[in-house]
Amino acid sequence: MTRTKSQKALIRFTLNGEPSEVAFAPHKTLLEVLREDLGLTGTKHGCELGECGTCTVLIDGQPILSCLFLGLDAEDREVTTIEGMAEGGKLHPLQDTFADLGAAQCGYCTPGFLLVAKELLEKNPSPSRNEIQEALAGNLCRCTGYIKIYEAVELAAARMRGEEVEPPRESIYGFEV
Amino acid sequence: MMRLPKFTYRVPKIVSDAVSMIGDAGADAMFVAGGTDLYPNMKRRQQTPKTVVSVTRLRELHEIRGDASTGMSIGSSVSLTEICEHSVINRDYPFVADAARLISTPILRNMGTIGGNLLLDTRCNYYDQNYEWRKGINFCMKKDGDICWVAPSSPKCWAVQSSDLVPLMVAIGAKVKLVSASGERMLEARDLYNNDGIQYLNKRPDELLTEIHLPPRNGLRAVYKKLRRRGSFDFPVLGVAAAIDVAPDGTVREAKLILGGVSPAPIEVSEAQQALIGSPLDVERISEAAEACYLKARPLDNTDYVMGWRKQMARPFVQRALEELRRQL
Ligand SMILES: Cc1cc2nc3c(=O)[nH]c(=O)nc-3n(C[C@H](O)[C@H](O)[C@H](O)COP(=O)(O)OP(=O)(O)OC[C@H]3O[C@@H](n4cnc5c(N)ncnc54)[C@H](O)[C@@H]3O)c2cc1C
Ligand code: SF4
Ligand code: FES
Ligand code: FES
Repeated sequence: MTRTKSQKALIRFTLNGEPSEVAFAPHKTLLEVLREDLGLTGTKHGCELGECGTCTVLIDGQPILSCLFLGLDAEDREVTTIEGMAEGGKLHPLQDTFADLGAAQCGYCTPGFLLVAKELLEKNPSPSRNEIQEALAGNLCRCTGYIKIYEAVELAAARMRGEEVEPPRESIYGFEV
Repeated sequence: MMRLPKFTYRVPKIVSDAVSMIGDAGADAMFVAGGTDLYPNMKRRQQTPKTVVSVTRLRELHEIRGDASTGMSIGSSVSLTEICEHSVINRDYPFVADAARLISTPILRNMGTIGGNLLLDTRCNYYDQNYEWRKGINFCMKKDGDICWVAPSSPKCWAVQSSDLVPLMVAIGAKVKLVSASGERMLEARDLYNNDGIQYLNKRPDELLTEIHLPPRNGLRAVYKKLRRRGSFDFPVLGVAAAIDVAPDGTVREAKLILGGVSPAPIEVSEAQQALIGSPLDVERISEAAEACYLKARPLDNTDYVMGWRKQMARPFVQRALEELRRQL
């Protein structure tokens, strides 16, 4: 870290695969730095106290809460935000299934869920429903009731394993009465 | 937006630098590890250190050594996720990994450390609020005020011991190593805590917690049970840690029953321990111990759930803990 004239700190780090640097007031959280100093507003700002999970980003591949992580501590680390999830304009399979299955409604919680699910599937390509629930237990959603989110993770996992699966009809249209 | 106050941030790489930095910075300095307790408190202006010294880059604080026969030493900066996943801890001290899995959320466990957990600030519904809220009702004595809103005639603060690992570490007889510029000392985990919501630690602010020592396993069996509203996120509003050592003939040789979440410090229930020692772990002894813990648990109305129910739950939770130990015999 070096200090610039305006009492800002300057750090170098890798942001979504690109070498980057950013100057910011040294007491800022990574959430504030991403949204205010880098203009990356995909990372959402919720409770600010560790109680909701919507501010989740990956540091060296591991999910952390950017509202409780100092910008200064990102120095020399690899930071992945939701903006870095699609590769070369192609959505990550999780992004596809979240959209297809209605796992994003208001969407406020979605960046956090997607990044945690991405890390889960990298560690465990065939998680059980229980393992998915456990891995996502640090992210709150007030809209979906979670079922659609679990189904979207399961479908993405199956597609990433190379299985050709279609979502169950009722996951998209609901049960017919 | 709730922002952190301004502070000077130092990131030492060796322990001797860390303790001299904190010593030089004086009374307004604090250590930080994962920050999952300190930073929310700073945002709410409950804690307002001028200097914050990070312990995350102190390499020796990340070490895990030993096994059941030698005892284990766990560096204070080891994350809770590492504890949950560590193969030797899971094999030799599974109750430690099990209790760690009950803490907060998977994402918070990636950040939070065992050291920070053992030093977690005490909690209270009148304290864990933002600055404006606390100002609105007039501050309490734990920060900026001179009254206790939970027990207005009380001369002391009753903020609650809320770490999940603390009762277990006390029950199994763990030790902690504290290092400062003037030397180092080992302390029994039970002696680290003080039954006062403000002065809740018998540790000077300039002392760095470096290691946690688990005793050799021998015949030790232990378990931790936690009461909370949701299956994730929530702090314990009652925690029961039980540890026993049973002779080959089935007689309980040693027993520890520690309650968390009901007082500023973990509470040792010696009446319950006495009920168990010298007899087999049978249904009668278990209910006697559960009754003793129920009588000893005196929570106040400063956490989630009404206090009467939290007290009542001491009985079934102790029962469940001891029955689980009995099934392991
Ligand atoms: C939403 C939420 C839910 C939570 N739920 C739980 C829960 O269910 N159970 C639970 O037990 N905890 C819970 N916590 C609290 C916290 O996340 C954990 O206790 C965590 O282990 C704290 O560790 P940390 O490294 O983040 O601590 P920090 O915030 O870094 O530090 C905590 C305290 O310890 C001091 N400190 C840290 N390391 C050292 C050291 N090496 N030497 C000296 N002093 C040190 C700091 O100065 C500070 O006072 C929760 C937190 C949040 C935000
Ligand atoms: S117990 Fe009383 S003094 Fe302590 S934090 Fe709560 S209201 Fe404040
Ligand atoms: S904004 Fe970080 S956890 Fe809610
Ligand atoms: S989609 Fe609205 S909070 Fe999850």
